[in-house]
Amino acid sequence: MVTVYLNDIKKEIEENKTILDAALEAGIHIPTICFHEKLTPPGLCRQCVVEVEGARVLLPSCITKVTDGMKIKTDSERVIRARRTILEMLSGSTDLSESPELAVQIEKYGADSNRFKDTAERKYPVIDDNPFYMRDYSKCILCERCVQVCSSDVQFSYALTTTGRGYTNKISTFYDKKLPETSCVFCGNCVAVCPTGALISSNEYNIKAEGAE
Amino acid sequence: MKFDRIVKTTCPYCGVGCQIELNIKDDKIISAGAPENAAPNFGRLCAKGRFGTDFTHHHSRLKMPLIRKNIDSGLREPVGLEGFREASWDEALDLAADRISETYKKSGGDAFGTFCCAKATNEDNYIFQKFARSTLKTNNVDHCARLCHSASVAGLQKALGSSAMSNSIAEMKDLEVFIVTGSNTTETHPVISTFLREAVVKNGAKLIVIDPRKTEITNFAVLHLQHRPGTDVALFQAMANIIIEEKLYNIDFIDSRTENFEIYSKSLGEFTPEWVETITGVPSNDIKEAARIYANANSAAVYWGMGISQSVHGTDNTMSIANIALLCGHLGKPGTGLNPLRGQNNVQGCSDTGGLPAYYPGYQSVADNDIKIKFESKWKTSLNDKPGLTTLEMSDAAGSGLITDFIILGENPLMSEPDLNAARHHFSKLKNVIMIDIFFNESAEYADIIFPAASFAEKAGTFTNSDRRVQLIQQAFDTPGEAQVDWELIQELALRVESRLDRKESSGFEFSSASEIWEEMAELVPPFQGISHSRLEKEGGVHWPCPDVNHPGTPYLFADTFPRGKGLFNILELRLESEQPSKEYPYILSTGRVLYHWHGGTMTRRSVLDKIYPKALAEINPEAAEKDGFKNGETVTVSSLRGSVSVELKVTDRSPKGVIFISMHFSETLVNELTNDLRDPVAKIPDFKISAVKITSQ
Repeated sequence: MVTVYLNDIKKEIEENKTILDAALEAGIHIPTICFHEKLTPPGLCRQCVVEVEGARVLLPSCITKVTDGMKIKTDSERVIRARRTILEMLSGSTDLSESPELAVQIEKYGADSNRFKDTAERKYPVIDDNPFYMRDYSKCILCERCVQVCSSDVQFSYALTTTGRGYTNKISTFYDKKLPETSCVFCGNCVAVCPTGALISSNEYNIKAEGAE
Repeated sequence: MKFDRIVKTTCPYCGVGCQIELNIKDDKIISAGAPENAAPNFGRLCAKGRFGTDFTHHHSRLKMPLIRKNIDSGLREPVGLEGFREASWDEALDLAADRISETYKKSGGDAFGTFCCAKATNEDNYIFQKFARSTLKTNNVDHCARLCHSASVAGLQKALGSSAMSNSIAEMKDLEVFIVTGSNTTETHPVISTFLREAVVKNGAKLIVIDPRKTEITNFAVLHLQHRPGTDVALFQAMANIIIEEKLYNIDFIDSRTENFEIYSKSLGEFTPEWVETITGVPSNDIKEAARIYANANSAAVYWGMGISQSVHGTDNTMSIANIALLCGHLGKPGTGLNPLRGQNNVQGCSDTGGLPAYYPGYQSVADNDIKIKFESKWKTSLNDKPGLTTLEMSDAAGSGLITDFIILGENPLMSEPDLNAARHHFSKLKNVIMIDIFFNESAEYADIIFPAASFAEKAGTFTNSDRRVQLIQQAFDTPGEAQVDWELIQELALRVESRLDRKESSGFEFSSASEIWEEMAELVPPFQGISHSRLEKEGGVHWPCPDVNHPGTPYLFADTFPRGKGLFNILELRLESEQPSKEYPYILSTGRVLYHWHGGTMTRRSVLDKIYPKALAEINPEAAEKDGFKNGETVTVSSLRGSVSVELKVTDRSPKGVIFISMHFSETLVNELTNDLRDPVAKIPDFKISAVKITSQ
């Protein structure tokens, strides 16, 4: 067991646990985006950052292990500013209209969705290449949950991967093949973990499209 | 998307028994999810569970009782829906009851052949077999498990005295060593296969695949023994021989938990790996390596499917596997065991609830006098102590006129039986065919009266999955049109037949809910006594045996003893009785399933799943295709001595040379017109995996 201080509250916790685990146990809420309880945390989105005394930068709580005597601030001004900025940058580049969890966070942190509207939005045509689900990567925030589910966290099908770098980074299939030509078995486990509606069952997509007309 | 309601239930497809949540809007299933924390699937689903439940709303659902227009007009010809007229429930039930009681009075109960349903609930099946046994006084009660795992049941009953899967799905991810044989697990039990692959990738488990086909899961195996179809016994006997020769067995386990070891160990002499190599085509070193990996493990399990059981030697195949597990003591601990993977959502439950010709619910023998008295006193009538006929024997008896009436709950024998041309001929001789189903299927073309029933989403009840976990299903919708819940319509029919037969006392067909039916059954079946619908509601699922309400259920079997006492080593000989390829019919045809379809296809062909896999494909090895001049995508005729079908070729190294594989789902390519009705002498299961065929270009 080690002792940590979460917002000055003393907390005993097993070694090898993360700061996020400690906060959960202590009943302190830390917002997350890419983190999913059943998947290996990728530490990508940085929404769960916290301020740790002695650390130069903010640390992602989902992948940072606790150490004895660690002093952690989960909602310091610096932390809140970082979270707000992340939400504003995501809003500027991505269509978050189908992300109810993010809408709650945008509201909570007072993020200005239009702050980075002048930057280039990431827009892709909707991919409808199979009878079961659509891929609308304009809504994708690159959390990579789908890639993890498809590979060694759940399904072991290895049909999805990331491609490109920086601005052109996106989720795709190997060689950008259509899904029916890949090792995809249409389990839809990726659809189930997508937090932004980028992956959506064709039925739901079509009902929404009809509703919008 | 905001749904009108979300209904948690059990998936209607394979025997994994995944818990699913139906997302419903405007009284339609829009999509399905899975609760992250519920066993057995913990949030995982496959294409069928997640996308394939839309058959529920298909326009061709049966909505009214149907009566054949030219009923009793001589020879029974197959007719489509146009050959039927809609009728009221009263008319159809009265007509059915009249015809049934007429047969009973004239010819007695054994003129009936009745088929339970591995897709229906435990409660539906309990009522159905009770109707057959108490009202019609016949044990001619069977179901499609006869065509799938009956040889696993027979073999395991002989070896251990119990035929259920010995491990739970939850144990899979912690496996150390496991064998998958005769199972294309990735496609037939997709969610189970994710746990098996997880064991390999994350836990470093060693997987040995023993299968003529190079199925997807071989990608995860340390060894793939690709034996010739039909030579399973030789292969497992050779493994046993090595285990004994190299003294890799578990002598403490053999001494305390088994019998017949001395004689058995002396019977293996001829099964040297070198000789078995000539029989199976598997290099002797691979056989030795597999035996050593399996025997040296602290815990090791075997999983199998139709490749083991659907064989003229199916019972022997199963016993040859049981033998190596008994040798190594790989039974009775977590991560060890013998696991026949069940194909249908409730095939375990259909057998458990008495859908078998020799057993009352709970595998209680119909020939046992004490058991008979127990059921007679509950059902208030005398019962027949003569074990009934199996599925295919009932078909034979129809052909020979001994059986005149078929009553079929939700099954489709004219898709699933071997040698369909012969099976149809048998059907055509029947005098009365009554069916209960949700769709008009291939067998319905021969029916006189068809009752429209409820899908999994329109009734309450329980399914029992492959690892003996009893789980609830929930009603999400009303039945379409005038369709009725299966058990309700069966008990209505039973009451009308009882009254026509002037029974002084009813056997009890006035249940008001599925949970009441379960309670009556649990009263009669000791291993169910701790399970009730209300307990399932609280706990999500319970693995039987569960003898009392404080018992936690039994995730793995045989911890201290086997139901027959000691595990029995069975002496086996090499029998090669399958139809062998010849000059005229040079290929071996193997049949089976694909990921996107399910069994006779009645449901999946009426689902979005059909769009991704709309027609049968015959898988043929690239070298064989080149040698014989066949091309990928070419449509060919495949013929056996019994019939021929037209099918598109898919060139793939999944098939070994000399073997073609065609799935069983497509009525346009009715592969069972080719298969051979050669039966295992004990289990009466046909040799679906081996038929000699020829391929000709069109």
